[in-house]
Amino acid sequence: MITLGHMLTLSAVLFAISVAGIFLNRKNVLLLLMCIELLLLAANFNFIAFSRYLGGLDGQIFVFFILTVAAAESAIGLAILVVLFRERRTIDVEQLNRLQG
Amino acid sequence: MLPLILFYAFATILVISALSVIIARNPVYCALSLVMCFVTSAAIWLLIEAEFLAIVLVLVYVGAVMVLFLFVVMMLDINLEELRTGFTRFAWLGWITAGAIVFEIAGVVLDKKLGIDATRGNVPVPPGYSNTQELGALLYSRYAYPFEIAAVLLLVAIVAAIALTLRHRVGLKVQNIGKQVSARASERVRLVNIGSEERK
Repeated sequence: MITLGHMLTLSAVLFAISVAGIFLNRKNVLLLLMCIELLLLAANFNFIAFSRYLGGLDGQIFVFFILTVAAAESAIGLAILVVLFRERRTIDVEQLNRLQG
Repeated sequence: MLPLILFYAFATILVISALSVIIARNPVYCALSLVMCFVTSAAIWLLIEAEFLAIVLVLVYVGAVMVLFLFVVMMLDINLEELRTGFTRFAWLGWITAGAIVFEIAGVVLDKKLGIDATRGNVPVPPGYSNTQELGALLYSRYAYPFEIAAVLLLVAIVAAIALTLRHRVGLKVQNIGKQVSARASERVRLVNIGSEERK
């Protein structure tokens, strides 16, 4: 039987991998976006696990909204990325210093 | 027993493809590994009987978002070698952070005082139960307003994405439809009276 512990462990491992990915690929904006998608997937795992193992449907509704927001985020993020590449010919985070922040 | 075997198989594939997302050299391989992650996650969600979200994950993520990612990856002409420099410089920090996160989550989950029973099994569903129907009933009653806000959010995202990437090129010859429609015959045609001449 698949227990709550199985799901939470898998989710924690997935979350840790994506956080490590953010550190590894810190120069490439495209891969940072992909790592964020993976991170949201790990969070969704937790929501679904608790929803299924505690017997309430609200967690699954939350996952639905998280999927919506993540889709909107990646659409706008990729649009910004395309504009950025057209403007600067690079997607290296370290060279994006025009705002002098 | 079979669900557990399937769970371990899918979990192994999921972790391997997640690792491949973060360490693959080519962004196309990263995107394809991410597709693999989403498909196996959908399979695991099916295993614990969250059917609707599993289907939504495949349709929305694999079908739409990852295709968008692949389009962008192929559209951009990126210098990969430059982006790979210093790849392992902060790798130790990344792995330490990852280990710390696993440690913290394990600490929370395994702590008996919080009352999380990690050996708890799935809540059994009655025969004839439809996950989609139950979610729909909840979504259109108690969560009706959040649902509409989510719809508006998606509309805003469409408008923003189009407005960001729309490009106006100078010197491009295009129709001005508004000007064409609002044109009047009196502005365009000038009737001139020309007196007739006598035949010589």
